[in-house]
Amino acid sequence: MNKLKKVFWEPVFNNNPIIGQILGICSALAVTSKLETSMVMSLAVIFVIAFSNLSISLIRKHIPGSIRILIEMTIIASLVIIADQLIKAFAYDVSKQLSVYVGLIITNCILMGRAEAFALKEPPLKSFLDGIGNGIGYSLVLLIVGFTRELLGSGKVLGYSILRLETEGGWYVPNGLFLLAPSAFVLIGVLIWLLRTWKPKPVQED
Amino acid sequence: MKTLRKFLDSQEKHFHQGGALERLYPLYEAADTLLFSAGNVTRGLTHLRDALDLKRTMTWVVIALVPTVIMALYNTGLQANGALSALGKGGAEGWRGAVLSLLGIGVDPASLVGNMVHGALYFFPVYLVTVAVGGFWEVIFACVRRHEIHEGFFVTSLLFPLILPPTIPLWQVALGISFGVVFGKEVFGGVGMNIFNPALVARAFLFFAYPGQISGDKVWVAVDGVSTATPLARLADTGGAMTASWWDAFIGLIPGSMGETSTLACLLGAAILLGTGIASWRTMVSVLVGMTSLALLFNAIGSATNPLFALSPLWHLVLGGFAFGAVYMATDPVSSALTNQGKYLYGFLIGAMAVMIRVVNPAFPEGMMLAILFGNLFAAIIDRFFINANIKRRLLRNV
Repeated sequence: MNKLKKVFWEPVFNNNPIIGQILGICSALAVTSKLETSMVMSLAVIFVIAFSNLSISLIRKHIPGSIRILIEMTIIASLVIIADQLIKAFAYDVSKQLSVYVGLIITNCILMGRAEAFALKEPPLKSFLDGIGNGIGYSLVLLIVGFTRELLGSGKVLGYSILRLETEGGWYVPNGLFLLAPSAFVLIGVLIWLLRTWKPKPVQED
Repeated sequence: MKTLRKFLDSQEKHFHQGGALERLYPLYEAADTLLFSAGNVTRGLTHLRDALDLKRTMTWVVIALVPTVIMALYNTGLQANGALSALGKGGAEGWRGAVLSLLGIGVDPASLVGNMVHGALYFFPVYLVTVAVGGFWEVIFACVRRHEIHEGFFVTSLLFPLILPPTIPLWQVALGISFGVVFGKEVFGGVGMNIFNPALVARAFLFFAYPGQISGDKVWVAVDGVSTATPLARLADTGGAMTASWWDAFIGLIPGSMGETSTLACLLGAAILLGTGIASWRTMVSVLVGMTSLALLFNAIGSATNPLFALSPLWHLVLGGFAFGAVYMATDPVSSALTNQGKYLYGFLIGAMAVMIRVVNPAFPEGMMLAILFGNLFAAIIDRFFINANIKRRLLRNV
């Protein structure tokens, strides 16, 4: 039980895919200008990564090593299409804002990384938990970045005005930098700084 | 002098290990070495010694900046007073107007003192906020990381107000310098480790975060409701004729960021920096060469729709922040290339890129800030290339 717990929690903080392993940065920059898109993206990634890990782990003993990448890609691609269709069906506006980035979950390094490094070797339950843990680790960063960018960039959270803008009679002057993708780099950098202050990484000796 | 020295020595024990103020040692150290030269000097036979240590180097850069500060005061006041008298107003608005009338100084643009004082009322608030807020971060990081407070901040804190427009809101100044010091310098490990010039990082932050207060035509003259674009911006916007004479632009009597309008003042600063051997002439010359060659190239290509193509290198030199950037920012010893050959390439890149952005990119009428940041980014790669080439050459020679 303790081991399963560790499998789940390790990727959330200590070995977080974005701020620990620096994977999946491109979607973290592209979809986080608003909290809403970040949330939908997070859910899609959690779904895809959990079930791709589960499915690959279930058939891991039947996958020939030489074509394993092909098989992983097929599974991931099918799951991404399902997620994409679901988003289009239930949240059409958001799907338009996310544009290609849902489809690009296929190329998200976190998915291939978990499939290759974990699901191919570990039993289904563990792989499933690992997938959810990684998905949550990814989401955590996305939500923090999305929240900060929307709040500072346009004074809103989920479209509701929190800091009233100067142009609407309030006092807050929106910070345009946070609407641009590079600001996410700065924020992710700060998160890495905080994480590594909290849990220092063992330093490699030269 | 002696009593001061004695006082500092008598206080020293409080700041050493076990003292009551141990955490504040960097503050003591900064005060001590600022007033006196460092107590422990290099000993032994092999070291080169120079009276011009890092602290005095930075002091010289500050001295070299004095001409631009004087021009900043004068020109900021001149632009404001000129606009006020053109509107037929007898006094400035707000607290500055109150101070001016208290001192009995009018808003006559012909009065040297009047212009200086009016400009000072814009420049010094920005400068004080920069020093206070930036200094706050410096001290915090120095105390937490237990390193010394470096004099580099004197230069950064003086450069930053000089590249801002006079009307910049003070809270933005505070935000900008915080970003510049923390993310431009301290996250990389402090003075000497930064890859970008911190003052430019601070300005770039403000430029992209609050474009309304740092670009456009409302910010350059410190009078409410007066819109005067910088000559470069007007040329880019309307495609109209040049609005200033070359000599005005050279001396610095045109609207622009406070300290960067005067090419003359920058040349005086350049003479000081080159005379003391602090800045590299290689960088300055190659920035100039880069600018000239690309400007001449654009002149030769020509364009029917974009008048900036026809702008001659002489104009590029005096407009915008080119001279200021070339003299004070591109030569920053930390963020520029270190190898001598590298400096040629690095400077050329900056000069050419500045003209490229000015002429070809319609979104940015001025390109010096972005060009220098771009050059900073490549400095390490350029150095690596030349150092490796040198290693290879010497290996071949010695085998």
